[in-house]
Amino acid sequence: MKKLLAMALALAMTLSLAACGGGGGGAASSGGGAASSGAASSGAASSGAASSGAASSGAASTGGSSASSGDLIHVGFAQVGHESDWRTASTKSAQEVFSAENGYELSFVDADNDSAKQLEAVRNFIQQGMDYIIIDPIVETGWDAVLTECEEAGIPVIVIDRTITDSDKYDAWVGSDFKVEGLACGEWLKAYAAAKGITEINALVIEGSTGAGATIGRTDGFKEIADREGWTILDSQTGDFTEAGGQEVMESYCQSYKGQFNVVICQNDNEAKGAMTAMDTAGVSYGVDGDVIIVSFDANKPYVQMVCDGKLNANFECNPLAAPTVDEIIKTLESGGTPETEIYVTESWFAAEDNVPSITVNGQEQPVVHVTQDVVDARPY
Amino acid sequence: MSLKKITSHKMFLPVFCMILVLCANMIYDASQGSDFYEFFKVGITNGYLSGRLVNILNRGSETAILAVGMTLVVSASAGTDISVGSVMALCASVCCVILAGPAAPQATELAAPLIVGVLGGIAIGALCGAFNGALVAYLNIQPMVATLILWTAARATGLLVCNNLIVYVRNDTFGILGGFIGMFPTPILVAAIVIAAVALLLKLSAMGLYVQSVGINKKASRIAGLNSKRIIFLCYLLCGVCAAIAGVVASSRITSADSNNIGLNYELDAILAVALGGNSLGGGRFNLAGSIIGAYTIQAITTTMYNMKISTAVTPVFKAIVVIVIVAIQAPPVKAWFKKLSARNASASAKGVANA
Repeated sequence: MKKLLAMALALAMTLSLAACGGGGGGAASSGGGAASSGAASSGAASSGAASSGAASSGAASTGGSSASSGDLIHVGFAQVGHESDWRTASTKSAQEVFSAENGYELSFVDADNDSAKQLEAVRNFIQQGMDYIIIDPIVETGWDAVLTECEEAGIPVIVIDRTITDSDKYDAWVGSDFKVEGLACGEWLKAYAAAKGITEINALVIEGSTGAGATIGRTDGFKEIADREGWTILDSQTGDFTEAGGQEVMESYCQSYKGQFNVVICQNDNEAKGAMTAMDTAGVSYGVDGDVIIVSFDANKPYVQMVCDGKLNANFECNPLAAPTVDEIIKTLESGGTPETEIYVTESWFAAEDNVPSITVNGQEQPVVHVTQDVVDARPY
Repeated sequence: MSLKKITSHKMFLPVFCMILVLCANMIYDASQGSDFYEFFKVGITNGYLSGRLVNILNRGSETAILAVGMTLVVSASAGTDISVGSVMALCASVCCVILAGPAAPQATELAAPLIVGVLGGIAIGALCGAFNGALVAYLNIQPMVATLILWTAARATGLLVCNNLIVYVRNDTFGILGGFIGMFPTPILVAAIVIAAVALLLKLSAMGLYVQSVGINKKASRIAGLNSKRIIFLCYLLCGVCAAIAGVVASSRITSADSNNIGLNYELDAILAVALGGNSLGGGRFNLAGSIIGAYTIQAITTTMYNMKISTAVTPVFKAIVVIVIVAIQAPPVKAWFKKLSARNASASAKGVANA
């Protein structure tokens, strides 16, 4: 009897396991224009067929529809996965831009952070005879062979977000310049301190995951300005890009540097929220009317709202909407032109107060957006 | 010889290692020109208890709760439950989804009473524990293989429950579990209650004795009239419940369910805590208090890294070195060597006395 119960339990759990395999295994869905709402984008990923054969079923549907709409441009997009709100926004942007109304037929593959699956997806795209292939590479290396195949098949490749280091057989790269984000943060802080009459900067940095591109770029950029201006960076520890990490590091900072710091730099939004909780507990006031200036990176919508509410002094965007730029590149290629090989997406800098109208980054003057409720409401993600 | 009595006590080495880590801070603080007891200062800041020791107890709560369940599992089945970190994530997700209700993934009001969400999470944890227990106890699958299933599946299921998003429950009532009751950090209280409850259960019901005897010899215990399978099953069940409690506390700290990150690699910390507590991973006799001290020692090492301002890039190396030293001190050959050394000293001094 007990054995029976044990078997039944095991069976029940295995079944639920199989169900989750469906969600975990990257599902391919031919994007179309239909999947444009946020829920639909992740819904498509979780409800789609599970096996790797899904990619080929996607191919079948693509092939079928191409007969009826011959003049659509076929685009294959091998996405990293769906690990964050940022990634979801990136996927959604691609599905909106490469819609049938805009003259595209999108084959979307969520590789679920599995680089082997991503390579297979790209090979499938080649076999299906896509017009263009978009890759957000999970890993930097190991791409030369498959990119050579793309070149031989005459399919232009556009790389977005992350980079490929061991091959240059792609036509363009579109993404964020993390160092510029760090520089912008430094320049804004300089101007803000000047406007507020703050002469001494003692900063604490909560870094992202060690070794991540965003961490390195943002750290280098901010440090460059800090060194130039003679600011003190009291400490720099990793919060792993998570709220729990930010909270624990800030809790420790509040004890080690009690009353010694006036700036906290959080390298993403989640860490900023954690740092705020820790400072609330320690009784440190922050934000617009507080003792401590707190800034964040990424600028997801809820955190732009925090800038609006004056809880964050500034937020520096990391734009996930690469698709419109890719669209321009494809149009350039279609008309026989040659796009630039490295294109940075435009990113905005958000501040809670209007005392710094613009900053100069790398010799370029860039506006700083003073966040009002209208600005928040207009944010797409 | 009272000193010998102390050094041979089963709690001596775990406590000694803990003190060793804390002393390192004392030396560091003194060398930095601040009071040598800086690390041990406990005060009240902004109406809340604060200080490094409070941080260790607070942040170490999840590992301590996990270590309680893990100790029993190791003892009874001579294997480890590597699914606890993933189960934490799953239970946190279920709890947050229940509490967020239709407002997910961004809720500020509780859709269900707090207790319903918490019990929902714990129920899922119990189910996971029962699944692991059924595989190990009744189907005789090796513990690591059996729990490997949920190690991969539970976190993924958690993501599925949350629709691949972070579910936020930005509500102060939910935040209490990971925050403060009055001036006391709640996680410390939760850990204390779990530890007390399990300790009482083991003491009052002779369950502790049964677990040990099953761990030492499963067949002999069965012949002696114990239901070995049921005892192993119950240990895994309890381990699942502990993981659920730890998961709910972890998600309450950040008032959200981040299924990608909650409990990530916690199973390793829990196993390490059991080992640091002087328990044999081969099962049998166990030392619950040792495991708990071990859990707090791991957190003490982390807090020490913060206190010493060690760069994050090298922190894992330092942690590894400290762990190697602690484990080496407790290794049988080293212990035997120390024993021999003290015996030689004793005989030398005895000779000295005789000569005089």
